[in-house]
Amino acid sequence: MAESGSAAQGHRGRLLDNREFLGALFLLPAAILLLGLLAYPLGLGVWLGFTDAKVGSSGQWIGLENFEFLVGDSVFLLSAWNTFIYTFTASVIKFALGLWLALLLNERLPFKAALRAVVLLPFIVPTVLSAIAFWWLYDAQFSVLSWTLVRLGLIDHYIDFLGNPLLARCSVIVANVWRGVPFIAISLLAGLQTIAPSLYEAAAIDGATALQKFRHVTLPLLSPIIAVVMTFSVLFTFTDFQLIWVLTHGGPLNATHLMTTLSYQRGISGGALGEGAAISTAMIPFLLLAVLFSYFGLQRRRWQQGGADR
Amino acid sequence: MAVSLPGALLARWCLVRLRRGEPAGGASNSSGSTPRAGPEGGRGARRSMASVELRQVRKQYGQTSVIHGVDVGVRDGEFAVLVGPSGCGKSTLLRMIAGLEEISSGEILIGDRVVNRVPPKDRDIAMVFQNYALYPHMSVFDNMAFSLRLAGRPREDIQRRVEEAARVLGLGEYLQRYPRQLSGGQRQRVAMGRAIVRAPQVFLFDEPLSNLDARLRVQMRTEIRELHQRLRTTSVYVTHDQIEAMTMADRIVVMNLGRVEQSGAPLELYDEPANVFVAGFIGSPAMNFLPARLRRTPDGVEAVLGDALGLPLEGCELPDGSALTLGVRPEHFVIGSGAGLPAQVLGVEPTGADTQIFCRVCGTPVTVISRERHRFEPGGMIRLTPLPGKTYLFDAAGGQRIPTRDPRRG
Amino acid sequence: MSATDDGMSYLQSLPRRVVTLYVPLAVFLIVLLFPFYWMVITSLKPDAELLAADGNPFWVVAPTLAHFRKLLFDTAYPRWMWNTLQVSVISTFLSLAASVLAAYAIERLRMRGSRTLGICVFLAYLVPPSILFIPLAAITFQLGIFDTRFALIVTYPTFLIPFCTWLLMGYFRSIPFELEECALIDGASRWQILVKIILPLAVPGLISAGIFAFTLSWNEFLYALTFISASENKTVPVGVITELVEGDVYHWGALMAGALMGSLPVAVLYAFFVEHYVAGMTGAVKE
Repeated sequence: MAESGSAAQGHRGRLLDNREFLGALFLLPAAILLLGLLAYPLGLGVWLGFTDAKVGSSGQWIGLENFEFLVGDSVFLLSAWNTFIYTFTASVIKFALGLWLALLLNERLPFKAALRAVVLLPFIVPTVLSAIAFWWLYDAQFSVLSWTLVRLGLIDHYIDFLGNPLLARCSVIVANVWRGVPFIAISLLAGLQTIAPSLYEAAAIDGATALQKFRHVTLPLLSPIIAVVMTFSVLFTFTDFQLIWVLTHGGPLNATHLMTTLSYQRGISGGALGEGAAISTAMIPFLLLAVLFSYFGLQRRRWQQGGADR
Repeated sequence: MAVSLPGALLARWCLVRLRRGEPAGGASNSSGSTPRAGPEGGRGARRSMASVELRQVRKQYGQTSVIHGVDVGVRDGEFAVLVGPSGCGKSTLLRMIAGLEEISSGEILIGDRVVNRVPPKDRDIAMVFQNYALYPHMSVFDNMAFSLRLAGRPREDIQRRVEEAARVLGLGEYLQRYPRQLSGGQRQRVAMGRAIVRAPQVFLFDEPLSNLDARLRVQMRTEIRELHQRLRTTSVYVTHDQIEAMTMADRIVVMNLGRVEQSGAPLELYDEPANVFVAGFIGSPAMNFLPARLRRTPDGVEAVLGDALGLPLEGCELPDGSALTLGVRPEHFVIGSGAGLPAQVLGVEPTGADTQIFCRVCGTPVTVISRERHRFEPGGMIRLTPLPGKTYLFDAAGGQRIPTRDPRRG
Repeated sequence: MSATDDGMSYLQSLPRRVVTLYVPLAVFLIVLLFPFYWMVITSLKPDAELLAADGNPFWVVAPTLAHFRKLLFDTAYPRWMWNTLQVSVISTFLSLAASVLAAYAIERLRMRGSRTLGICVFLAYLVPPSILFIPLAAITFQLGIFDTRFALIVTYPTFLIPFCTWLLMGYFRSIPFELEECALIDGASRWQILVKIILPLAVPGLISAGIFAFTLSWNEFLYALTFISASENKTVPVGVITELVEGDVYHWGALMAGALMGSLPVAVLYAFFVEHYVAGMTGAVKE
């Protein structure tokens, strides 16, 4: 850039070597995009939640009316309840299975790299497209799962996986777990690999059993990563949309409606932007909670790194 | 051939110069003959003046002050070593000369130019970093050519200069390799080559040898010194290793806690330390310090250790009873059995060439070096007498050297 | 990547390893991979076989490419692929460029407030599209880009930039400061340092961020579903779910073929850059 030469060029060079100026210049593109299309819509979304905006009309400020309505709306309350159940159950199962899978993959194995690559496959393909596969697996008439169970003599008629409220809930959770376990397993595996083998050797010489090694070496050293990974997992699950939209559209009898799907249904399909935005806004406090949790997870990690041997 | 011998290096350097029809050495600005124009161009005439001067330089980070008004002058062609314990501010000072850190107040001059606000690239300096800072994605050649390319030098010129520097440093066959394919010593040499090709006014070295193993460090020490003998480029070298400072420097600047404790030629600091800190820092094993007290007698003044030994002093102005610190270097003790300070032997370590004896005198640990192979048992008692004229006295409170004249000194 | 107890593995007997390691691992693999197998088998089955009550559903007797042919020639599927590709590639490059500059500014220029900015980037990374799509729909409508690919190209960077910046910050952090200082003394400008020193050294990070960003955009569903309604502007995930499902008769063969083909580009990319992808994913979590 500004090299030797005229005084004007020299001046420009000086300006471009000023870190404050250059920093601002470098931040500009990202800042414009993020302020305009992330921060602004975030604020606009909250504002819309306090209006009666519809598709095609900008809406009037109506205060808490949307929220007052939602508090008395059984469908909304059900969707909130569903969101919690869905997030909690799926996250717990994903964590348990993910940690188990990570520990398995951390063992001495042939074709380890290939195994790891294959395991992550469910996470990288478009969720919507894998959800279609689950939709077909859960089909009331042609489900291969039912077919297998019937052949094994465990049941005598096909299961309507997505037709019954309880079964539908379980089914969407299974699909979510299927997609989420690889992410958690591979992330935790990366964490496991940073634990120095000498610690296990020291523990072995100190007389620790396999379970004690896990309890006293693996878990404490992994806990900061677990905190962060699980925050992401909870966040993804809490704001999941695609899986439900493909599999059930929120049915049957709203049994699988999440806050996200309900806000889409009311806000976009139904055209009641204000009400949809109010539902989205209602999610923010919970998201903040997750973010704070993650933030302190990171802090703790930094603190641990101070004395950590890496 | 992994490493070239300094002698071979020297010979090759002379050859290069002779071939170019230049005197092989001696002239204080011999490197000025290289055709050069600085990155900015048009400053070609400043070769004659390449001193570095720091005037009342201070550095503050917020409220914390780390450099408290340092004055240092490095003459043209001098090899100055900044030495001090870690955290003394020596690296900060070097980075301020390089322009990598801002100066809070004071002035830095390179040549006769105040460079306070001059960006690093325009200061006409080259720096060798502790971790070498070789660009990992560039070959040795590209590493050395980088600054010349940025300066827009013609291709042939770059080629010639890099090859010349590579020849001098014995890197000729490694030019196409990448840093990761080189040994520690070779990397160190590439870092030096990168500095040489620019033919700068000043070389800055930031603990360049601390990542090498002991043997290589000694060898590179000599090579850097040899190189300086030839190039005569003003150099500022930072290290925490006082042996490096002693062996390499024309002038040592001892720093502590952001201040210059003393500056001078190596043996000057060794023989005439200005205070306890310098006395203890320069020399290895370190000088022994014993608590003493000043006593005025009708015959004169003497320093008393414990209640045992009195060392006559002359020309001391301090009042009777003043607390003193007596400094004696380990090699300046005579071991006897009759007179002298009673010392309890704690351990004996023969190094082959000499013997180190660790003992306790008046409750203070003392190290003694003797040419003879003593076989004292731990726990035994010996008598130590400081060599006449080889003791130092310091004010116990301030640590300043007390200018005394030992009447026995020659 | 040595296992944690390589040295002590002589203590484990084979039967024990089979029960505690190989069997659970095999079950995991079967469950994780079965849906893909099922997709492939279904997409190759003729309709008659799909709906047949007898026979083994796990196998295909008379494989056919009819579903793929139908998809490629009788639907807008190729168009959706092209749209998805266009949107993903453009938004990825846009985001990478903005992120490189931002990450360098935050991590290396160390201007005032750069630490706060770093935290802001992380927070932005945590804002889910699920709470932004309604206001963004209103904004894209006002900007007049509703129902165009532009709407996706400008909105995808909102989740790509925070991710890429966060990831690249970690990579930049691992490059020694001395390299930059040395270049500064060598006479390089900040821009030259970025282009000639930092970027070549951050290539693995750039690939990681690029691959990951591309996959994220390719897989995006909610924005595409909300902002696009014309068939010719749809992306693959939206096109498959909204256009291939006609009434109550599901063309499972074609749906599976569509799902398979739509997954293929990311799967292929993933196969070539597994290490970078994993580094990107875990790096984003770890840093």
